[in-house]
Amino acid sequence: MNSKVLMQGNRIIGEAAIRAGCRFYAGYPITPQNEIPEYMAENLRKVEGGVFIQSESEIAAINMVAGAASAGARAMTSSSGPGISLKQEGISSMAAQELPGVIVNMMRGGPGLGNIRPSQGDYFQATRGGGHGDYRTIVLAPGTCQELADLTMDAFDLADRYRIPVVLLADGMIGQMMEPVVFKEPKPRQYSADYVLKGAGTGKAKTIKGLILDPLDMEEHNWKLDRKYRVIAAKETRCEIFNTDEADIVIVAYGTAARVAKGAIKRLGDHGIKAGLFRPISLWPFPTEELRRLAGTRKKFFVFEMSTGQMLEDVRLALQGYADIAFHGRPGGVVPTPVELANVIVRQYRRDR
Amino acid sequence: MKKVFSRPESLRKKFVFHYCPGCGHSIAHRVIAEIIDELGVRGTTIGVPPAGCAVLAYNYFDVDMIEAMHGRGPAVATGIKRVRPECLVFSYQGDGDLAAIGIAETFHAANRGENFTIIFMNNAVYGMTGGQMAPTTLLDQKSTTSPPGRNAVLDGYPVQISEILAMLPGTAYIERCTVNSPANIVKTKRAIKKAFQYQLDGRGFSLIEILSPCPTNWKMSPIDACRWIDDVMSKQFPIGVIKDTPAEAAGKEGAGHDR
Ligand SMILES: Cc1ncc(C[n+]2csc(CCOP(=O)(O)OP(=O)(O)O)c2C)c(N)n1
Ligand code: SF4
Repeated sequence: MNSKVLMQGNRIIGEAAIRAGCRFYAGYPITPQNEIPEYMAENLRKVEGGVFIQSESEIAAINMVAGAASAGARAMTSSSGPGISLKQEGISSMAAQELPGVIVNMMRGGPGLGNIRPSQGDYFQATRGGGHGDYRTIVLAPGTCQELADLTMDAFDLADRYRIPVVLLADGMIGQMMEPVVFKEPKPRQYSADYVLKGAGTGKAKTIKGLILDPLDMEEHNWKLDRKYRVIAAKETRCEIFNTDEADIVIVAYGTAARVAKGAIKRLGDHGIKAGLFRPISLWPFPTEELRRLAGTRKKFFVFEMSTGQMLEDVRLALQGYADIAFHGRPGGVVPTPVELANVIVRQYRRDR
Repeated sequence: MKKVFSRPESLRKKFVFHYCPGCGHSIAHRVIAEIIDELGVRGTTIGVPPAGCAVLAYNYFDVDMIEAMHGRGPAVATGIKRVRPECLVFSYQGDGDLAAIGIAETFHAANRGENFTIIFMNNAVYGMTGGQMAPTTLLDQKSTTSPPGRNAVLDGYPVQISEILAMLPGTAYIERCTVNSPANIVKTKRAIKKAFQYQLDGRGFSLIEILSPCPTNWKMSPIDACRWIDDVMSKQFPIGVIKDTPAEAAGKEGAGHDR
């Protein structure tokens, strides 16, 4: 068993990545994730074959990751808000070229330059592809530092298994907090290296490309990607269902918002309101079936996000009018307290009654 | 009978170049392929074609290739070379790709002294998108987005990329050539071979700029396009070696970090 260590969230990502076999990191400074490149600068270069580059921009970073991935390395970049927007062309290209890679987004308040406070305003960008064209990325949303460690490692495995960019979507709060973690043993890397460029040797040359001029061929490539996404949607949903057995109300929240919700659930009990939590861990694929199953027996759902309501749309799609859905949001970098959330929920359901 | 001319091994067996008659891209491709053959490195070469007229280069070169998004070749090549320092890595870029949208990636790859080679095809226009003004378009040169001719006050000046990059300590070898005559093609071949050899010796960043005819967008016959390079274009972009860092200095000036 690996021992428990107390570490800061951002540094946990760096450590978990290195343990998972990440050997290439490129990134550009932006708050609130600077500890990730700093950790990699300090520690990745000490590992055999480990490459750390502070790139000239986020655009360069994601394209370096694409190059490193094409050469067979496990590769990662990290950023926040504006930097993630700059990476989108590259992420779209990696999706088209079916290159694995891990992209960390420590969300901050937006739009625009916004601020550096924790936020969940990038849900749409992350779960709808984010860049141009018909594609998806796997999106994982950790709620604790332990999950940061676990999901960082899993992200590399998923990226390899499906040859897809994987986004780790957290926020400045989880990145900055310190919690005890145990790093699990990484799984041996399993992937088909067919695509990896190392020079053709004496064999046939390989090409990795996203330009497909013939529309029928491009259509077929889109369907091929779509078939892959359907397999992922069927196999890779993750969620936590907490305290819902007796619950009258199910709060739906992810990441930091779900931590606030757990605090609110205790206080709601004091008000005589039985509440539980549905916490999506994979945001794409969204755990639609799991949520729908809950709606078979429970009718009141309360979506809480640190945004004006983005995941809310996925909850509506999942529940398709079969349940009441209420919403509370705090965009722009505001993290409400559990007391505030509990009070909002009490008011909402007292009124309903 | 002695064979004096044949298809290089590093070009694919069956294809037809899609380039316009008189275009410099096809000549540059052939020259690069010949050098890869002569250096015996086909099996360990990785090329990075651009968005631009040469985007389909992977249909012609019989070496491993990954297409980069517009301007991002030097970043992709950086990722590849750092992971596979044993490979010969080159990116192939037009002047829009390299000197406009990809100037940051180019400048910083050069400044880090990344140990790969850029083949920089300067045809003074955006070829693929139909002849718009490029950063390298000459003053008074007409293009579809500088219809009366490039105006310094409104459009800025042609950019001397090679001279600018030569100022960076990380760059090992920079030469400007052209492919407008058999003699100049031979010189271009010598230059690229030298750049590749520098890379194989771990001496750092190299760039070969090729003044390349684009008869289609210059609206000239192929012969006039070749003459225009001699008479006009090379006055703005002088041919010759721009930087050659001696081997002893290479260790000090970049190149030290294949990892
Ligand atoms: C982000 C982005 N912007 C614009 C384009 C469109 N585009 C493709 S090639 C090109 C310019 C090509 O010119 P150059 O790099 O000089 O190469 P040439 O075609 O002349 O060889 C442009 C603008 C693109 N592919 N991507
Ligand atoms: S448009 Fe110009 S650069 Fe493009 S293929 Fe034709 S001649 Fe060559």
